[in-house]
Amino acid sequence: MVSSVTRLAAGLVAIAGVASFSVGPALAQTSVKIGYALSRTGPNAGGAAVTTLPNYEMWVKEVNAAGGLKIGDKRVPIEIVQYDDRSSAEEAAKALDRLITQDKVDFILPPWGTGLNLAVGPILNKAGYPHLAATAVTDRAPELAKRWPNSFWLLGTSAGAANTLVELLVKLRGEGKIGDTVAMVSVADGFGIDLSGAARPALAKANFKLAYDKTYPVGTQDLSPLVNEAKALNPDVFIAFSYPPDTLGLTEQARIAGFNPKIFYTGVGTAFPLFKGKFGANAEGVMGIGGWNGDSPAIKDYLARHKAASANGAEPDRWASSVTYASLQMLQQAIERVGKIDRAAVIKDLQTGTFDTVIGKVKFENNLPTKYWWVGQWQGGEFYGVGPATNEGARAPIIPKPAWKAQ
Amino acid sequence: MTNAILTGLMLGGMYALIAMGLTLQYGVARIMNLSYGEFLVAAAFASYWLFTGWALNPLVGLAVVVPTGFGVSMILYRVLLTPLVRRAPTRDALEVDSILATFGMMFIVQGIMLTMFGGAYFSYSFLSIPVAVLGETLALNRLIAFGLAVLFGVALYLALTRTRFGTAIRAVAVDPAAARLVAIDVTWISAFAFAIGGALVAAAGVLISMFLTFSASSGVVFTMKALIVVVMGGVGNLLGCLVAGLALGLSESLVATFVDPGLTLAVNFALFLGVLLVKPAGLFGRAQR
Repeated sequence: MVSSVTRLAAGLVAIAGVASFSVGPALAQTSVKIGYALSRTGPNAGGAAVTTLPNYEMWVKEVNAAGGLKIGDKRVPIEIVQYDDRSSAEEAAKALDRLITQDKVDFILPPWGTGLNLAVGPILNKAGYPHLAATAVTDRAPELAKRWPNSFWLLGTSAGAANTLVELLVKLRGEGKIGDTVAMVSVADGFGIDLSGAARPALAKANFKLAYDKTYPVGTQDLSPLVNEAKALNPDVFIAFSYPPDTLGLTEQARIAGFNPKIFYTGVGTAFPLFKGKFGANAEGVMGIGGWNGDSPAIKDYLARHKAASANGAEPDRWASSVTYASLQMLQQAIERVGKIDRAAVIKDLQTGTFDTVIGKVKFENNLPTKYWWVGQWQGGEFYGVGPATNEGARAPIIPKPAWKAQ
Repeated sequence: MTNAILTGLMLGGMYALIAMGLTLQYGVARIMNLSYGEFLVAAAFASYWLFTGWALNPLVGLAVVVPTGFGVSMILYRVLLTPLVRRAPTRDALEVDSILATFGMMFIVQGIMLTMFGGAYFSYSFLSIPVAVLGETLALNRLIAFGLAVLFGVALYLALTRTRFGTAIRAVAVDPAAARLVAIDVTWISAFAFAIGGALVAAAGVLISMFLTFSASSGVVFTMKALIVVVMGGVGNLLGCLVAGLALGLSESLVATFVDPGLTLAVNFALFLGVLLVKPAGLFGRAQR
């Protein structure tokens, strides 16, 4: 009796041993598991669907078509594990916990948006995963990069965005192209509060006259009172730190009301292909947050591949899309240079290495890139970066904005 | 001032338009339809698809989308909701059951839209032409939506007050038990009211898609707005729905123009609470029980 039990146990151990020997090492090398949780539903879904998801899918498809990630002297295909964070910080945290503890993924791609990236920061830091936040704009970026050395904040700070815009305004005023009066509206939510908060002192310091400065709640369905008030003050510059639906609404309303300031600047969504699709020739001259070097061959190639990869020929947005894709290229180059699944070494390589990407050569300093596009403008159907003017490929802005055309 | 009042009226007309269907579904059929906004967005997508894919003018698209909305709602009521109606011992119980059922439906409709269109924002330009009204400039598409909202509202009001069938619908809204006593087929009337609600929400979706940016996840905003308007106006009362919608739109626009655009939401809810404190059954609602 005892012996049969012992024999059975020994047999089981042997089988388990053989199984683990034959399956174990093979498993570790047949794929690199990469996980992410994105907002497929909820208020963030619109942004994630334009900026993040197409790039993740395209990158994985491209890498796997080439045989996979180069680990040592072998190519290993990427296997994806994905969840819907339903635009909620709690769901995102839960999903990441699951990716780390149950799915045991090798790498994690970040969620979309500032809020969710801040929410998952501590989790990724604790578990030692690299965190390439490609869609977060926060003034705490330098501080966060210090606190979480695994985190990289590719879009920079809202103060950077506001200051670059004001610098451009100062330069244009110096050239006599615009006057002093500015009307500013902002959405009463993270993005709008941060940016208008940074712009107010910057404008005051540069001696601009802020004739109108109002906030509006998220989801406001009729923006005509704002546009009409701003128009009545006849400003030279209109600035809106807005979210995509408001960006479209404000532009539409300005066109209807014939509000045609010399500079018309709107927030998130200006760089979306949807903006060009909706306004067509009327997009010409509209400025907005973001931009890219539309003349660079790498960007042109990226644009073409993005269109070919998505089912309906969708174009990327002209701000964070290319940055998101560049962050994936950086992750890939870091992994391939390290040559094995060693997250600490990959983080180290990200901190110190130089990377060849669609947005040019990128090197982090204190976990932050040194170059950003902050002001773009639609010029001849492309959203070119115009600020900072020192960036490679920066175009001269068209001032004044051409008058709205009747559609 | 003229401008603030005009834009306020147009916004209010839109709110009333959004809420009209819900007041029938909730007021008469007693279905607290939490997937209401999703149906509105579905109609907006249908209109977008017809316009961009088939070059079908949204106003012509109404002729396709509205009957579809009616048909789909009728089938939904017959297949999904009739068992609930049969099983519920009281109308209050039906209200609770329908909340749960339509909450599930919300995810199904949203899921279908996400699969078909993805999560991105959608927007197209149609009749986005400035027109002068009383010396002020307004967008033609909003003006048309407002005109049609008024037209639908008046037509429905006349149908409800001047026809025998309308009287039956109102009877069911007021007291379904007593309505049965005078040979009104309550189940059939409820199904019909629910389907008209579906047709109205489809019309609202088409009209709104002409000037608002929407995405598969934006339904909940419309459900909330419709609910506020319906409760404020008095559940099941069409006139109340119109008045409450216009009051909300006007207050929003006046506050945005003369006080601060940041206070529009606060004023909305203050007005809502104020009305409910003074008249708990809504502006035109009759206190029951």
